[in-house]
Amino acid sequence: MLNKLLGIVPDASEHGYLVDHMLEFCHWFMLLLFVGWIAYFLYAIVRFHRSRNPRASYHGVTGHLSTHLEFTVVIVEAVLLLGFGLPLWGKRVTEESFPDKAEALRIHAVGEQFGWNFHYPGADGVFGRQSVFLVSGNNPLGIDWSDPAAADDIVSKNEMHLVNYRPTVVEITSKDVIHSFALHNMRITQDAMPGSRVPMWFRPKRNGTYEIVCAQLCGAGHFAMKASMVVEEVKDFDSWYKDAMALLHPAK
Amino acid sequence: MVSHSADAGHHEHHDDDHHELGFWRKYVFSTDHKVIGIQYGITGLLFLLFGFALMLVMRWQLAHPGTPMPYIGSFLGSLPVIKDHFPGGVMSADGYNEFGAMHGTIMVFFGIVPVAFAAFGNFAVPLQIGAPDMTFPRINMGSYWCFFISCIFMLVSFLVPGGAAKSGWTSYPPLSGIADSGVGFHQFFNGQTLWLTGMIFNITASLMGSVNFIATIIQLRAPGMTWMRMPFFVWTQFVTAFLLLLAFPPLEAAGIFQFMDRVFGTSFFMPTGLVVGQQLTHWSGGGSPLLWQHLFWFLAHPEVYVLILPGIGIIAEVVANNTRKPIYGYKAMVGAIFVLGFLSFIVWAHHMYMTGMGAKVAAFFQTTTIMISVPSVILITALLLSLWGGSIRFTVPMMFATAFLPMFGIGGLTGIPLAFNAVDMYLHDTYYIIGHFHYIVAPGTIFAIFAGVYYWFPKAAGRSMNDFLGRVHFWGSLISINGIFFPMFLQGMAGVHRRWYDGGGASLDQLTYQLAGPVLHWNKFMSYSAFLLALAQLPFIFNFFYSIFAGKRVDRNPWQSTTLEWDAPSPPPHGNFDRPVAVYRGPYEYSVPGAQSDFTPQSEVPEGKGNQAATVSAH
Repeated sequence: MLNKLLGIVPDASEHGYLVDHMLEFCHWFMLLLFVGWIAYFLYAIVRFHRSRNPRASYHGVTGHLSTHLEFTVVIVEAVLLLGFGLPLWGKRVTEESFPDKAEALRIHAVGEQFGWNFHYPGADGVFGRQSVFLVSGNNPLGIDWSDPAAADDIVSKNEMHLVNYRPTVVEITSKDVIHSFALHNMRITQDAMPGSRVPMWFRPKRNGTYEIVCAQLCGAGHFAMKASMVVEEVKDFDSWYKDAMALLHPAK
Repeated sequence: MVSHSADAGHHEHHDDDHHELGFWRKYVFSTDHKVIGIQYGITGLLFLLFGFALMLVMRWQLAHPGTPMPYIGSFLGSLPVIKDHFPGGVMSADGYNEFGAMHGTIMVFFGIVPVAFAAFGNFAVPLQIGAPDMTFPRINMGSYWCFFISCIFMLVSFLVPGGAAKSGWTSYPPLSGIADSGVGFHQFFNGQTLWLTGMIFNITASLMGSVNFIATIIQLRAPGMTWMRMPFFVWTQFVTAFLLLLAFPPLEAAGIFQFMDRVFGTSFFMPTGLVVGQQLTHWSGGGSPLLWQHLFWFLAHPEVYVLILPGIGIIAEVVANNTRKPIYGYKAMVGAIFVLGFLSFIVWAHHMYMTGMGAKVAAFFQTTTIMISVPSVILITALLLSLWGGSIRFTVPMMFATAFLPMFGIGGLTGIPLAFNAVDMYLHDTYYIIGHFHYIVAPGTIFAIFAGVYYWFPKAAGRSMNDFLGRVHFWGSLISINGIFFPMFLQGMAGVHRRWYDGGGASLDQLTYQLAGPVLHWNKFMSYSAFLLALAQLPFIFNFFYSIFAGKRVDRNPWQSTTLEWDAPSPPPHGNFDRPVAVYRGPYEYSVPGAQSDFTPQSEVPEGKGNQAATVSAH
């Protein structure tokens, strides 16, 4: 409810509601503490104004209520951390949590100033060979198109297509500077680091077109480094893929 | 044997020293901690104003993307070099990144640290512990002039071809490695290289200052000034000095590495196979961009506490003085800042949750991050409880100190969701974060700085600042500053990211990001709040300079305070005290039952004790 009030964007991933619940709980916790503090604070500055209390008390507060409150805060935070925070992140990054390779849709997302390249491995599930020496304006990822594994690959610029309900593993890197691949609707972000390729995964649960934000300052065009993510049914995905193949490999 | 100069026009003429110094040695290349403190203070306040001005230009761009700022736009468009980033008076994307990077750098390293740590620390710490000066006065002078050189580098960098650094205050490579290089840029005199050089000097200055603070607090306490009788402000400066001493060297090393990468073509932070604009770059590679982030945040997280702790120290002084009672839980607070200081060294990677952290490492940093909230809650609770039973007088310093508490509370509370990796994924680098840390440092630390300026000004100038102008300054600042920072949480929740040159879109019809639509209107609201905040600073600026010359004259102890600095004349002469000082009690003995007045200074000789206690050694 607080999340909605604060204007969170719609959640479109299978695990997103867990993140939202936790954020919601944090906001209630913060609100409660703040309201408690501010009520006490306002009362204190009015009640103990010099005009109402000309002589200060040397001893001030003598009770132990604050200590109990302190411990309550610690316990709530510990529950949040151990009960929710750590398991939730564990489910995103541990080896066991990653979806089965055969089942998942695998994509390489490669950032560059100022856009995203999405490399799909095609039916064989193998990404074609790449070399920095082949990089050019027409071949931004330097894919060796003579490699048989590359024959069914496609590279899509600034548009990532996903199949609804199919677990998706995006392996993220960058050619030049650090970018960051933020999918707000999927409640997940991963920096794109040149020199390393880091995987992240999620399972989309709602058809639609969503925005992909570059979340790390990457130069003058950073503010407009936007891509889109289309979640669709498998038949729509297949026809998009076929069209892209036809464009990229006209001979076939 | 104090005798104020008859020459009333020169209030700082604390003459009557046996060695009369010339103008240059007295006011410019001075080794007196008070002069150095004031030098740091004025330089730092000017940089705060400058950093704020940079942001005002950016805020115009966010409110009215692509239009020239009235008057300022055409002025900036006519200045040499700077005009390149203001074609037709309109800020360019490079100009936005330049001003943004320099806003962060200047506010943190050239504004707040110099004022909160170096200025107040230099001015007040020796006085509060009853010392005649810092332990190493010449190193102290060296510290200021080293800082001064770093200021020159930063300012000059705006005027070299291509302008100042534009890769964020964090200067992440490879962006900072490739920025400001190539055709049209000088090999050395370019924004990013000068930024690194300036930072190296700045860090060196901080290191010289911090060793001095530590040595002074350990060695030069007056007789009777035992550790647990030190004012809380001195404790915060002590911990802060250790943070600077231990955290800054890694960044100095990292700064030198990045300098090497840029100037000599090494690859400390440059990975293999870097392709920029479809061209393979000249770096041989093998370096790690992530290494810079670790080294940077290993400093920059303790740095957060460097920004906050002196502020909390000032607030504690002002709260005790104006509630007319001891602060609640002095010992717990001292313990809390030590725990805070220690923990601040092992939380840094929470700034790097999106780099792809494994479950175990993430668990460690999430746990330490949650742990560090415990001492923070202790501090804020103790300050809040200190109000209970007080006889609160709302002087101008106390108004700022009172407002600090809820403002700092908002800043602290909004850190809770960010501590959890999975939740941070959604909020990281959005305006939610910007709101969070600005609440800590702007209406938090900067309000504490204002409280400190109004509080210690009478001691430094011998004259007090105008009360009415102070109140106008306070209310104007409090209202407008919330107008800037509170909407940031809403924008952040909607997914609006920081460092967007157009703030999400020029208008609702021309949105760069659709998600910015529902919250775009806040950009104007926040920007106009920022302009009002600027307006609210005018009474302060006027008050500050006017009061130096024409404020109401004050005696030694205008606030009826207990700590030692109020034992010295206002302003204190060279050597500080005109009578031997000794300490007989804790720092905040206000409203002691049975005492005649509502404050019992630390130096007041207890009845029937004679002068004996003064011989108790502090060491």
